[in-house]
Amino acid sequence: MTAGTDQRPLLSTRALTKNFRGFTAVRHVDLDVAVGSIHALVGPNGAGKTTLFNLLSGFLTPTSGTIILDGQDITGKQPENIAHLGVARSFQITSLFDNLTALEHLELALASPTGLGLRFWRSSRTLRRFRTRSLDLLDKVGMTDLADRNVGEFAYGQKRALELALALALDPKLLLLDEPTAGMSLEDVDRTIELVKQISAGRTVVFVDHNMHVVGSLADRVSVLQQGEILVEGTYDEVRTDEKVITAYLGQAQ
Amino acid sequence: MSTDLETPLPTKFDVSDFDPRARRARSIRRLLLGTIALVAVLGLPWWVYPPIAVDIAAWALFAISVDLLLGFVGALSFGHAAFWGVSAYSAGLIAQNFGLPFPVAIVGGAIAAMIIAVPIGYLAVRRSGIYFAMVTLAFAQMIWFVANQWKDVTGGENGLQGVPKSFFGIELIETEAFYFYYVVVILIVAGAWLAWRIVNSPFGRVLVAIRDNSARTRALGYDVEKYKLIAFVLSAGIAGVAGGVFAISHGFVSLQELDWTTSGKVVLMTVLGGMGTLWGGPVGAAVIVLLEDRLATSGFDGIGIITGSIFILCVLLFRRGIWGTAKNLIDRARAGYAKRRS
Ligand SMILES: Nc1ncnc2c1ncn2[C@@H]1O[C@H](COP(=O)(O)OP(=O)(O)O)[C@@H](O)[C@H]1O
Ligand SMILES: [Mg+2]
Repeated sequence: MTAGTDQRPLLSTRALTKNFRGFTAVRHVDLDVAVGSIHALVGPNGAGKTTLFNLLSGFLTPTSGTIILDGQDITGKQPENIAHLGVARSFQITSLFDNLTALEHLELALASPTGLGLRFWRSSRTLRRFRTRSLDLLDKVGMTDLADRNVGEFAYGQKRALELALALALDPKLLLLDEPTAGMSLEDVDRTIELVKQISAGRTVVFVDHNMHVVGSLADRVSVLQQGEILVEGTYDEVRTDEKVITAYLGQAQ
Repeated sequence: MSTDLETPLPTKFDVSDFDPRARRARSIRRLLLGTIALVAVLGLPWWVYPPIAVDIAAWALFAISVDLLLGFVGALSFGHAAFWGVSAYSAGLIAQNFGLPFPVAIVGGAIAAMIIAVPIGYLAVRRSGIYFAMVTLAFAQMIWFVANQWKDVTGGENGLQGVPKSFFGIELIETEAFYFYYVVVILIVAGAWLAWRIVNSPFGRVLVAIRDNSARTRALGYDVEKYKLIAFVLSAGIAGVAGGVFAISHGFVSLQELDWTTSGKVVLMTVLGGMGTLWGGPVGAAVIVLLEDRLATSGFDGIGIITGSIFILCVLLFRRGIWGTAKNLIDRARAGYAKRRS
């Protein structure tokens, strides 16, 4: 074992299991993610990575097992409550609001912990108090010039970048990124790697990606998931040379 | 940066938000629309028989309440007659039994509608799409059934008769419908203003987010069901103001107010006028009420067939409704004009 063993993990799961009508998508997963680390989750399609993310973010309720965030049991909590506890996630399939502008997206995220959203008697201009911070966030992902455009008109790469800014707007302790580089051109992939490196400062990140270049450049630790179970966990180099992993990935590009 | 990220995009508006010329054009447009709306609201009882003018105003607000859910939350209520009807009965009973001025009775009716909307909304907002429509319809039917059975209070099939129009000691009679219109239109405009305020508030922003992508909204930390429930109750209150006005205006409340066809009619008006606009509902309401009035006075009794056909035509030809289609045509004409100039 290397980095982070003496530190309390930010996130740990114990015997986390999810059944879908008899089919076990996530089986007995014990995962520990050290504070401030970047943890990659890899594995073939259907291994249960997205399901695991859905459990961690509250979109699915585990069949059994527990999820501990920063010493607090969050098993079975609702997604909005988990978000307030400092967990932000992006979605594997780009998931934004087509009728809102980039700026409006970020204002919405920044307003979330303030309770301003409930004020139906106020003008939506009150959201402008988040404008400066929203523009800052857009600047971080290099999108200030697109602030006033409707997201429905964005190109794919732009949407993915906004997804990152949006997750970041919640100032999360834990950032869950589901395939942040899926379907991207090579340049966009490199840009995203830089971006994730930047925004991960002072945060803990768990991400899923099929691109081994991305995993190798970002991850402190890697867990390999197969058929809902963790097959191997270690550093990128340990995992890459592991016999079980090589067997599991035999025939797949490495 | 990749070429992908540098592709120029069309802006949301033709010109930037910060361009003073565009802003002036927008305020002129607003002024023009505001003037048209004001003239329409104030002039209506001069052009049409005043009781019909009140009907149009009441249905217009009712349609706005449905659009608040359909257009901005993406939830089709097929049970809004429950709120219109519960308020109609409550307002009628309040006016009858307590001799209170009718605006007070109407507000009381709206509050009753909101109270009943809490449990209905609580169960309905947990469903979406057709299931939301079914739950609202089921509850509305239940309320219809209760009103039908509870004859001591509602008068059953005979309805609630002889609801007075007392206004701070003055009893308005049928011939004074012209003045009655100007009193109730204040309540109608207040209800419409509230809907506008809701849509253009931080709350309204969250509603649009929920409509576009409810899971994403939850991931941002918003309790989607709570927001939907509040929107539902507010919508019921607005529908209640409309139902109360209708009841006092007619001096009579019948089971028809709770009937599922009433829910269907208001959805028709909203879709016909153009949903997601707030303006569309009133346009649709005016068209349907006037059409029904013409057909009824000419002795034609196939109103259902006519309105049904309009509905089908509307869904097939004008997806955006009258208001949306007109707005689209104007936008296109303006875009063409701008292109020719440059
Ligand atoms: N809601 C669901 N109901 C039933 N089966 C599901 C559901 N979600 C995922 N699964 C199944 O669980 C398995 C894991 O899926 P997923 O977590 O999406 O895999 P990955 O993200 O690793 O590709 C798949 O076989 C998938 O079909
Ligand atoms: Mg997946």
